[in-house]
Amino acid sequence: MRLWRRTSLNRCRLLQVSVNQKVIEQLKSRFGESNIEANEFRDELTVVVPKEIIVDVCRFLKDDSTLKFDLLADLCGIDMYTPAKRFGVIYNLYSLTSHHRIRLKTFVEEENPKLPTVSTVWATANWHERETYDMFGIIFEGHPDLRRMYLPDEFEHHPLRKDFPLMGIPGSLPLPKK
Amino acid sequence: MGLEHALGDSFLTTQIDVAINWCRKNSLWPMPMGISCCAIEMMAFAGPRFDASRFGSEVFRFSPRQSDVMIVAGTTTYKMAKVVRKIYDQMPDPKWVIAMGACTSSGGMYRTYSVVQGIDQFLPVDLYVAGCPPRPDNLLNALILLQQKVQRGESRGNSPSYIGEAKFPPEADTPKGWRTSAPLAQNQPQPLPIIAG
Repeated sequence: MRLWRRTSLNRCRLLQVSVNQKVIEQLKSRFGESNIEANEFRDELTVVVPKEIIVDVCRFLKDDSTLKFDLLADLCGIDMYTPAKRFGVIYNLYSLTSHHRIRLKTFVEEENPKLPTVSTVWATANWHERETYDMFGIIFEGHPDLRRMYLPDEFEHHPLRKDFPLMGIPGSLPLPKK
Repeated sequence: MGLEHALGDSFLTTQIDVAINWCRKNSLWPMPMGISCCAIEMMAFAGPRFDASRFGSEVFRFSPRQSDVMIVAGTTTYKMAKVVRKIYDQMPDPKWVIAMGACTSSGGMYRTYSVVQGIDQFLPVDLYVAGCPPRPDNLLNALILLQQKVQRGESRGNSPSYIGEAKFPPEADTPKGWRTSAPLAQNQPQPLPIIAG
C-alpha cells in the first residue's frame, strides 16, 4: 500500500512538473519571453503577466486543446501597499480534464487600478470580480454588472485595503435611529 | 372584605393590568430573528428537549405582526441592522427584545468594521443573554426573567401608556445578580388611568 502510494505520488509529481514546463514553453512562445515571468515553488507554477494581455492569456489557457484550464477556481485581490504595483489580481486555474493547477498574477498601479475583465472567458469571474471590486476598489473594465457584492451600495470605502482601519470609519455605515 | 365576600369563591377581583399582564406573560410569542449560529440554539429552545411551550412561547411567528418578543439571535451587521429595525417596527405594542448571545449583545468576537457592536445601539433591549452561543436553558432563563418583567409591566420599547405600576405578586423582584435594563427616561412609569365602573 505504502509503496503504491509513493509510486503514485511520484508519478503525479512528475506529471505536474512536466505540465508546468509545457505551460511555460507554450506561453513564452505565444506571448514573448519578456511578457511571461514564471516562478515554480514546490511544483506549483505561478505566472505573472502584464495586465494588457491578461484576457488573451486566460483565453489561450482555457481554449488550448492540450492545456484546457476550463475552471476558474478562484479570483482574488491583493494589496501590496507599495508605491508601484500596489494592487494585484490573482487567478487560480484548474483543469477538469488533466487535473492541473496554475496561478496567474497581474498587477495594477495605485492611481489607475483598472484592468480588463475575464468574465467573458469564465462566467464565474462575474461575482469574483464584483467581490474584488467591493473589497479593494479594483475596477474591471468591460464587466457586465460591476456593483458591490457585500457592502451597502452607498458605502464609499474599500475595507480590505491596507489603509482602511479595522473598526471602520465612524459614520460611514449609518445605523437606524433608536 | 367587601366585594369578594359578596361574590363568593367563583370570582377573583384584581387590577385589570395585573390580569392582562398575567395573560401576556404566559403567551409570549417570539419573533425568531435568527441571523446566524445562535439560531440553532434558539431552535433547540423551541424543540421537544427544552420545550419552550412549558412557558407558553412555542409559537414562533415568522410574521412580526403576530409576535410579542423578538429574539435577535446572531451577528448583526450594519447592513442587516436596517432589516432588524424594520421588522421590530412592524411588531405591535407591547413588545420586547431579547439580545441572544455575545455578538448580538456586544459584537462578540467580531470586533470589525462590518458588525454592530451591540444591537442596543439601534434597538431597546430588555434582556441580554450571555454565551457564544448560549445554551438553550440560558435562553429559557431569559424567557422566565422576561415573564417577570412583563408581569411587572416593564418594557423598554413601548409607549408610556402601556407602562403600569402594578406588581404581581407585589414582592416579586428581579433575582439578585441579573442584569436588567432600567426604563428609558421617556418611559418612566405613568399613573394608571382610572377605569370607570
